[in-house]
Amino acid sequence: MSDRAVNLDHAATTPLRPEALEAMLPFLRDGVGNPSGSHALARAARRALDEARESLADTLGAAPGDVVFTSGGTEADNLALAGPVRAAEAAGIDRPIVVGTAVEHPAVRETVAALGGWAAPVRRDGVVDLGALERLVVDAGERLVVVSVMLVNNETGVIEPVRDVVALVREAARSDALVHSDAVQGFVWCDVRRDAAGADLLSLSAHKFGGPQGMGALAVLAGARKRLRPLLNGGPQEGELRAGTENVAGAVGMAVAARLTHEERAEARRRADELGDRLVAGLCALGGIEPAVGRARRIGAICNVRVREVAAEELLLLLDRLGVYASAGSACASGALEPSPVLSAMGVERSASREHVRFSLGYESTAADVDRALAAVSEALGRLRGTTGCAAGRAAPAP
Amino acid sequence: MRVLVAMSGGVDSSVAAALLAGKGHEVVGATMKLWGGASDSGCCSVSDVEDARRVARRLGVEHHVFNFTDEFEAGVVDPYVSAHLAGLTPNPCVECNRHLKFSAFLDRALRLGFDAVATGHHARVGRGRDGQARLLRGMDAAKDQSYVLSCLTARQLDRVLLPVGETTKAEVRRLAAAWALPTAHKADSQEVCFVAGPRGAGSRRRFLEGRAELHAGRVLDVATGEQLGSVPAVELVTVGQRRGLGVAAGGRRFAVEVDVAAGVVLVGRETDLAASGVALSERTWVGEPLAEGSAVLAQASAHGRPFAAVLGAGGLEFLEARRKVAPGQVVALYVGDEVVGSGIASRAAA
Repeated sequence: MSDRAVNLDHAATTPLRPEALEAMLPFLRDGVGNPSGSHALARAARRALDEARESLADTLGAAPGDVVFTSGGTEADNLALAGPVRAAEAAGIDRPIVVGTAVEHPAVRETVAALGGWAAPVRRDGVVDLGALERLVVDAGERLVVVSVMLVNNETGVIEPVRDVVALVREAARSDALVHSDAVQGFVWCDVRRDAAGADLLSLSAHKFGGPQGMGALAVLAGARKRLRPLLNGGPQEGELRAGTENVAGAVGMAVAARLTHEERAEARRRADELGDRLVAGLCALGGIEPAVGRARRIGAICNVRVREVAAEELLLLLDRLGVYASAGSACASGALEPSPVLSAMGVERSASREHVRFSLGYESTAADVDRALAAVSEALGRLRGTTGCAAGRAAPAP
Repeated sequence: MRVLVAMSGGVDSSVAAALLAGKGHEVVGATMKLWGGASDSGCCSVSDVEDARRVARRLGVEHHVFNFTDEFEAGVVDPYVSAHLAGLTPNPCVECNRHLKFSAFLDRALRLGFDAVATGHHARVGRGRDGQARLLRGMDAAKDQSYVLSCLTARQLDRVLLPVGETTKAEVRRLAAAWALPTAHKADSQEVCFVAGPRGAGSRRRFLEGRAELHAGRVLDVATGEQLGSVPAVELVTVGQRRGLGVAAGGRRFAVEVDVAAGVVLVGRETDLAASGVALSERTWVGEPLAEGSAVLAQASAHGRPFAAVLGAGGLEFLEARRKVAPGQVVALYVGDEVVGSGIASRAAA
């Protein structure tokens, strides 16, 4: 093994791109004004923020006024769901309904639940059941305000048919419901202009694509802005949708990382797909390992595999020791791994879901990373499958 | 040695980790998440995990969290509920040691390449002349926890370190304070860690009600058969229990027998509880089984007073008549200060 650790946990977070760091440094190091002020320092901050907003809007094929900067993907998701509910309530709609899917990131899933919304089931391959979704959309009737379907699943890499959902909602809804897509993972690998075309709301998180942590955005497209109310009480920042002094350095870094990601996406996707396929093929060749979903339904960069008869917690710990970083399921407040609700929604048994591990590649991942990861998994499995415990289990027979 | 320390977030396991790290062992800490979601009460709560993590950081050792909730449910909680429903006394701490700490956790440690596991139990692991591991009472008699470890075998103990058993609780507290461990002044843990709320029957009842149907019971005089009162949940009555039997009459009355199926608790005087022996099931031996007729000391609760007995074919004969051991209760067997085995008190006659 090489000394350098191999990071195959890009779906969790990604290293800050050097270009983003460079762009942010002046604002972190040399001081930055408050964009809401009027003096020269404040105007400089306003200018940087405006430029970042224009750049990100351009990357998304949106107008500058469509971009609402937030503290991250979770806040963007909350605003995308609770914002329209608040606005609908203010407009006199009784008990507005939001509809998500069973495989959404907790930022959406828990928000939908907190708003008393509904979750559409998914098929065994992780793709939303469009028939079931349509029934929910119809049942919600005039109370339906938002339908939320993620673009790429963070645990399985499954690509959801956002455009079909847009068409379905336009066709079947009895209200002018908004369509939201959590594109936090999707933006890294998909052109949202094409794959999420027609969606009204898009959530982004900067640190998933080489931007800084603690920074995100909600794209509020095509006049959807007047259909949202802010979640935070305070100043009129971000077009009165997100109170609080703006994170100027964060916005600047996010815009740079987004532009680079967008420009390099086609090539990065092709390479990551290839590397991911190499990884999955190598893992399967080790025996007792199978992918959670077929390749046709997912991006190649997120590889969720089941390692039979091996607890993910143990495999991850040994891989960590061997300098290979991967992850599994979702962590609870204590830091323990919990059985994944995403896999559970796909019909994976609780006991089997504890054997699932996720490897996720980034634009800077290499074939050498993949090969080192394969060697480490092989070594770890040799130990985990080769050691028998010494605990006696049940009571010894009576003499 | 590479040692995986089970750190509960309490003072004993904190000091255990510190003692081993101080001796130059390669120590890694792990907290088992055994129960519930993000609850902040009871065992293995988020704050306990945070405490363990802080101690590990203070000691400069790695710390992990293992999710063993399914194993805990199957090995400890389900048997706890079943025992109550059968009118037997449950032993959650013993079962946790049997199925979790020295089974799932120990096996995981060995698979991960550790040489041994350590816990903060007040008991000692010694070595016989044959090199076999033995289990001995802790140095601090008042805090001795060898009873809850009595179901372990030499094979398990061979891979177990119990560093705080070599010292006293007062010394543990003193060391924790001297080393400024964040858990130095933390209160000791409760008996049944997964039952939320204040100690007592009310909390146990609320817990069981969430998992099973409980039944009111008639309280009858064992001698006359006369009904003296009633209890809201016959499943919660333990043999030997005195309080909460709904008996208004004066005089000390004890639960002598619990028949859950019939919904009956028989009560009587202390003399009605007298027994000359106890039948044992699910017997375990630390090392070689003792021969029938061997003299042992038996202990029937975590901090109960040991009593002399002779090993019989199906259980123990007491040297002197004593209060009956509640069915379901673990009985630890000692020779001197050494644990030799264990069994579970059954209803059958010895």
